[in-house]
Amino acid sequence: MSTELGPTPVKSPASGGTPIHHGPKGVGEDNKILSQGKWASWLLAPTIIALAVVIVYPIISALVMSFQKDAGLDPVTGLFTAGGPAGVQNYVNWLAQQCSAPGGGTVACPPGTLGAQFWSATATTFFFTVVTVTLETVLGFWMALIMARTFRGRSLVRAAVLVPWAIPTAVTAKLWLFIFAFEGIANKLFNTTILWTGSEWPAKWAVIIADVWKTTPFMALLILAGLQMIPAEVYEAAKVDGATTWQRFRMITLPLVKPALMVAVLFRTLDALRMFDLPYILTGGANNTTTLSILVINQIRQGFNAAAALSTITFIIIFLVAFIFVRFLGANVVEQSGATGKGKK
Amino acid sequence: MSAGTATTALRAQQDRGRKAAQNREKWAQGRTYISAVVVLIWCLAPAYWMVVTAFREVGFTYDTSILPTHVTLDNFNTAFDTSFGNRFGQALLNSIFIGVVVTLVSLLIGVFAAYALARLNFRFKYLVLGFILGASMFPGVALITPLFQLFTNIGWMGTYQALIIPNISFVLPLTVYTMTSFFREMPWELEESARVDGCTQGQAFRKVILPLAAPAIFTTAILAFISSWNEFLIASQLSSDATQPVTVAIASFAGAQPNQIPYTAIMAAGTIVTIPLVILVLVFQRKIVAGLTAGAVK
Repeated sequence: MSTELGPTPVKSPASGGTPIHHGPKGVGEDNKILSQGKWASWLLAPTIIALAVVIVYPIISALVMSFQKDAGLDPVTGLFTAGGPAGVQNYVNWLAQQCSAPGGGTVACPPGTLGAQFWSATATTFFFTVVTVTLETVLGFWMALIMARTFRGRSLVRAAVLVPWAIPTAVTAKLWLFIFAFEGIANKLFNTTILWTGSEWPAKWAVIIADVWKTTPFMALLILAGLQMIPAEVYEAAKVDGATTWQRFRMITLPLVKPALMVAVLFRTLDALRMFDLPYILTGGANNTTTLSILVINQIRQGFNAAAALSTITFIIIFLVAFIFVRFLGANVVEQSGATGKGKK
Repeated sequence: MSAGTATTALRAQQDRGRKAAQNREKWAQGRTYISAVVVLIWCLAPAYWMVVTAFREVGFTYDTSILPTHVTLDNFNTAFDTSFGNRFGQALLNSIFIGVVVTLVSLLIGVFAAYALARLNFRFKYLVLGFILGASMFPGVALITPLFQLFTNIGWMGTYQALIIPNISFVLPLTVYTMTSFFREMPWELEESARVDGCTQGQAFRKVILPLAAPAIFTTAILAFISSWNEFLIASQLSSDATQPVTVAIASFAGAQPNQIPYTAIMAAGTIVTIPLVILVLVFQRKIVAGLTAGAVK
């Protein structure tokens, strides 16, 4: 279909084979000898080096730190603990919710401490992710279908969906905090007297609603872009053959938009798994709205190395989810070019 | 059955069909408009509420009339007021400074990588693309712990570079990825044509490629600036009062009474932070949507 427009992963781009760079006369000969690979490595070097410094170095550094003991005063006993190698103790502490006990050894972390919150934070993070991404996908699809139709004022709608996207999350959080205030507009409109940030479920829903508001537009635009790749003739043909609206949606729209949809869902899922700003500002992580990212941030000032272990766990979780998406659900991000036909399976 | 009655029956059926189709069409159009209005309200109402509150007198913070009431500009003065320890004005300058530096550095480094990824053939191309895309999905918390320790050790806590460097880690991949998609769609044959027509390499680049690439680079710059402008996690941990960006300033905005959140002033600050972005986004709407969705479908 559209494979001819963009470069496909397997075939060489249209320009393939011809040398791209013709240097000024004289050095032109030398440039021809340089392979494209050599050119590419020179051009890519700054980006790769920069990313190595700002991403790869911290990953390795965090990994090293996570196997070290935190030196400092024990918050429970007030005694000084020396640093040094810790083996996998930091990981065990998080996963088994064990805290170091006075006089060595470990005990179950007392409720309320950060150490006791790992599994609840994980559950909260996944709960937020599943609920927000599901809602965003459904709402985003609906918005995309509307924006794909032709009607007067369509450009107005397309512009309006960019507004929530453009507002910084920190501002979004404060705005919804105000909307959900006890005397705020939400309680007034729905004639309720809910202390939204005061107990578990209202607090969770406050975060979910704010997140869905903020990020559905992104989802809608990605899906819309996918919809616009479907040629109109396919629909015309189906109409002639007597397919109903529902049949057309199920047999044409869904399979053809699937590659774009999967990428959008993948992006949003990975983004939701690292959710921080919204719950941090909206609820402060209270009432079981502490996500893994918030837990890491809260831990940093109590001990770098334990925090490093937790951030590594978070990273591994996100990596695994991404892997599952790409491997089993067919979200083919990198080779998306010309992959419209892959949506069949 | 005679042929005549069959034709009449067929015609009647066709007429009915056409009418039903027209009705369906009208009904569908009506539903589209209703849905469109719902989408408009859903997207704009909360933002509208922020702006309305920003212009409302403090005493009427919780006034819930939908239309603007008790209109005042005082909140904008309060937003910039430093007597309660808020440094919103300084934070605005910080955000602009950090955003500009991050954007420029990312573009300067990223444009070469994007060119290579869009134009050249080499081994490991998709590995590199995958690495860059993976980098953009990288969780900020995984960076913060080692950086927190490193910057504490070398005395960089609260400095601008401590905020700029981590920002580059997620703005640069975004920049490369967006520009690569844009570059792939550029009519590069024109470069060859210009050369055939007697342009030098430099002229072909300056007169043909640069004007073509400018919109792509500009759009990428806007997206890069916005993502730097919106960053909160890293700044909330690594900035000081003097270097904090607007997101941190708004999140920690204090009022006269410690137990009362100064919502009207916060909404005013939020409006100031948001309006330039919204204008920018609306003016370059088409390009920005293309940039946002570039990687996903093409």
